[in-house]
Amino acid sequence: MNGQQQLTALLTITRKEVRRFTRIWMQTLLPPVITMTLYFIIFGALIGSRIGQMGGVDYMSFVVPGLIMMSVITNSYSNVASSFFSTKFQRSIEEILVSPTPNYIILLGFVLGGVLRGLAVGFIVTVVSLFFTELEIHSLAVTVSVVVLTAVLFAIAGFINALFAQSFDDISIIPTFILTPLTYLGGIFYSIDMLPGFWESVSMANPVLYMVNAFRYGILGISDVNVGVAFVSILLFIAAFAGLALYLLYSGRRLRA
Amino acid sequence: MSPALSIRNLSKVYGNKFEGLKGISLQVEPGDFFALLGPNGAGKSTTIGIICSLVRKTAGNVAIFGHDIDIDFSAAKSNLGVVPQEFNFNQFEKVLDIVVNQGGYYGMPMKLARERAEKYLRKLGLWEKRNDPSRSLSGGMKRRLMIARALVHEPRLLILDEPTAGVDIELRRSMWQFLQEINRAGTTIILTTHYLEEAESLCRNLAIIDNGRIVENTSIKSLLKQLSREIFILDTRETIGNELHVPGYRVHRLDDHSMEVEIEKGRSLNELFEHLSGQGIHITSMRNKANRLEELFVSLVENGRSENGRGGQAA
Repeated sequence: MNGQQQLTALLTITRKEVRRFTRIWMQTLLPPVITMTLYFIIFGALIGSRIGQMGGVDYMSFVVPGLIMMSVITNSYSNVASSFFSTKFQRSIEEILVSPTPNYIILLGFVLGGVLRGLAVGFIVTVVSLFFTELEIHSLAVTVSVVVLTAVLFAIAGFINALFAQSFDDISIIPTFILTPLTYLGGIFYSIDMLPGFWESVSMANPVLYMVNAFRYGILGISDVNVGVAFVSILLFIAAFAGLALYLLYSGRRLRA
Repeated sequence: MSPALSIRNLSKVYGNKFEGLKGISLQVEPGDFFALLGPNGAGKSTTIGIICSLVRKTAGNVAIFGHDIDIDFSAAKSNLGVVPQEFNFNQFEKVLDIVVNQGGYYGMPMKLARERAEKYLRKLGLWEKRNDPSRSLSGGMKRRLMIARALVHEPRLLILDEPTAGVDIELRRSMWQFLQEINRAGTTIILTTHYLEEAESLCRNLAIIDNGRIVENTSIKSLLKQLSREIFILDTRETIGNELHVPGYRVHRLDDHSMEVEIEKGRSLNELFEHLSGQGIHITSMRNKANRLEELFVSLVENGRSENGRGGQAA
């Protein structure tokens, strides 16, 4: 396949993915918006008003970047995990596997689908947050690049999960037992300055903390971590996960008998 | 010209040590209509799976129109279309989208993919259903959808794994007609089937595979020549008496108006008709008792098994 043909194949997979999540928007776009709205109301408006300031800003402004990032992480991950596993389950993945589409285009197509859903949900949640607080972007470049890279990272992670998964249970185990704890303990609702020294150090090993704080820096200009370190860590994770996903695709494990 | 399909020493050992293929070699010439026959579990689907890269081979080489699937992956795949045994499309997608997307996976521009999708959906009688979700189609329509999908990039080699399984007679005949049409237009076709009359009607050459080995690879004509005798059923206008006897022929009365006649291969039927006519019996119709190819198939598979010391064990 030449470059033009590969681009066509990529656009076909991506378009199909976007059609999928927009066709079932009641399951894909609406629930995270409702959940985040409840977070805004409960943690931001009701409880947040009693907490006062955190990190030098009011609590509502503090949690908004984290909640946007949480919605991006969970949606980019779950979109690819469920979509790719469904194609495996229904065996419609064979449509692509018998074609000359290279493995890296397959990965890229599904990841782009996940990124677009993550960003779509993130955008809607951001719009909803404007009903509760004012957002002034401190650095547009940091905000956009962090959110896109994070969506890419978790979309690839969802792809790997789907490759290994053998049942629908297998695509909910990682989000439930790993992703959710990492996200909730990733500095969305609190600054790690509040933690005792030991737990503050433990938190520094949580990669989600870097993403949330880098995103918060992009919007509010405040962060518990070095933003440069956050970028490097996200890029390293993307490289490692993409390498693993491609290795699995080329080896044919869990896809080809 | 390179063969449409060339398989050399192909073997497959599954994770549970089961040998699906034991070093088979096979060649299919361009333009052929080729049957790959064998009992369930013989290795037909494994062979097809390896050709279309859904199954990883253990050893051997496969080339499609001279393009090795390991070395020239893209060119090999572009020349190949596959209609699998099981339905393997997204049940929630629309019929048209399934075919158009398949064109996209082959790098076809959207406009061309749509034109081709319309062409093949119309030919296969599915155009009216183009906006329906695929799950709403009947079993026969789903099979035709998979054929349209496999043809959208107009491959030079089309492999169909039991395309008429569970399809009614009328639809099967129309699918045969369609396949003959695209074969005449130049597409090489490889067909696996359990309906041996299908192979006899459509194919020029065949391979019989059993227990992971090719037990026969020849033309249908030369295979049928191996038959030493044929049994015909004759229907008569007059009532046949209990003492029916035709010198030189083994005749068995079935009922008042039909008889079974066993005839050595190559022997003229005129003599038989003359004898019957002499006895005042006129033949109104005549047919083979059993499918000729089916008899050969059973004997070849059984011979292959006894040679391999398997004593007729089911594959």
